[in-house]
Amino acid sequence: MVINIISEFFKSNGLVGAIGIIALVMYVAYYIANSIGQKRMGSAFAIIIGLVLAYIAGKYTGGKKGLADIKLFAGVGLLGGGMLRDYAIISTAYGVKVENLKKAGLVGIFSLIVGVLFSFIIGVIIAVLLGFKNAVDITTIGAGAVTFIVGPVTGSALGASSEVIALSIAAGVVKSVLTMIITPIIAPKIGLNNPTAAMVYGGLLGTTSGVAGGLAATDPKLVPYGALTATFYTGLGTLIVPSIGFLLVKIIFG
Amino acid sequence: MEIYGLGIIAVCMFVGSFLGNILGNLLGVKGDVGGVGIAMLLLVLISNYVESKGKPFPEKTSKGIEFVSFLYIPIVVAMASIQNVVAAFKGGAVAFLAGGLATIGSMLLIPLISRIGASEKNYNITK
Repeated sequence: MVINIISEFFKSNGLVGAIGIIALVMYVAYYIANSIGQKRMGSAFAIIIGLVLAYIAGKYTGGKKGLADIKLFAGVGLLGGGMLRDYAIISTAYGVKVENLKKAGLVGIFSLIVGVLFSFIIGVIIAVLLGFKNAVDITTIGAGAVTFIVGPVTGSALGASSEVIALSIAAGVVKSVLTMIITPIIAPKIGLNNPTAAMVYGGLLGTTSGVAGGLAATDPKLVPYGALTATFYTGLGTLIVPSIGFLLVKIIFG
Repeated sequence: MEIYGLGIIAVCMFVGSFLGNILGNLLGVKGDVGGVGIAMLLLVLISNYVESKGKPFPEKTSKGIEFVSFLYIPIVVAMASIQNVVAAFKGGAVAFLAGGLATIGSMLLIPLISRIGASEKNYNITK
């Protein structure tokens, strides 16, 4: 009886159920992050837990939509679907000031453009080297090397398969986690100790959670400078990768 | 009201998606190209415009926008949980190489580009 009531609830209140599940995942992720003294890695842990759950569900159901293939958790498909995702991404642009963009100056804009293109090209080269031939797949994986947001946005715009989109998210997650871990270690060697370098750093790496985490572990005073340019990175990526990026890949690799 | 904030994002999303679809058609790509980026720029322009006019969004309106942006990471987590990770793992090296090399390479570029910024500043001072 109890199980019936629960499954009925999840069936008729899918979205509410999904919000509860994701809240629980966030709680667990931040608990782990706090207990190892890496508060800022909470979101990276949560994403990893999400991917692990998708893996388990995929093994269990043999389906293609991860957790959403389990009837009880179908609502997660709604919460994590394209509509709400795009809606939330757009809202993060709020609070960005045009004058702050000007303050970041020419070098900030330059590092943004170089950062997006550099990561994209690296991702494209790796995709081609590892045998991807389709222009849509190559572009999506390249976009994943930009950030784990640009990857799926590009993938869904171009109609890439769920497998390739998952690969692009995984590439973005690898980038975000590595950024947090490596930054404090190599900061002295790359001269990451002043606002200009921090702005360049935010523009080149872009992954907002990675940059905020990495800078906080290096020198908290640098966080706003890096986060400033990083905020524009995903926007620039979603703007130029599915358009100019895809066009270039299509011309070169057919 | 908070719902006004949600509505402002909705308008940006509609306009962005509309322009993105036009761009997609022009480029011969099915669907929306860069619509999210256009919508983000639009939100930046609108919020900066109303502020420059000295009439920023009321507190409750901006709370509505901020509420949605706080949901950004949880939504990304939900998105991660509905991906075909089993299939992704079969080609896992690509994710680690693409993400890893992009990160390390970008970091090595920092001193190079910072130097451009530094010399630019010197130039301005001597001027």
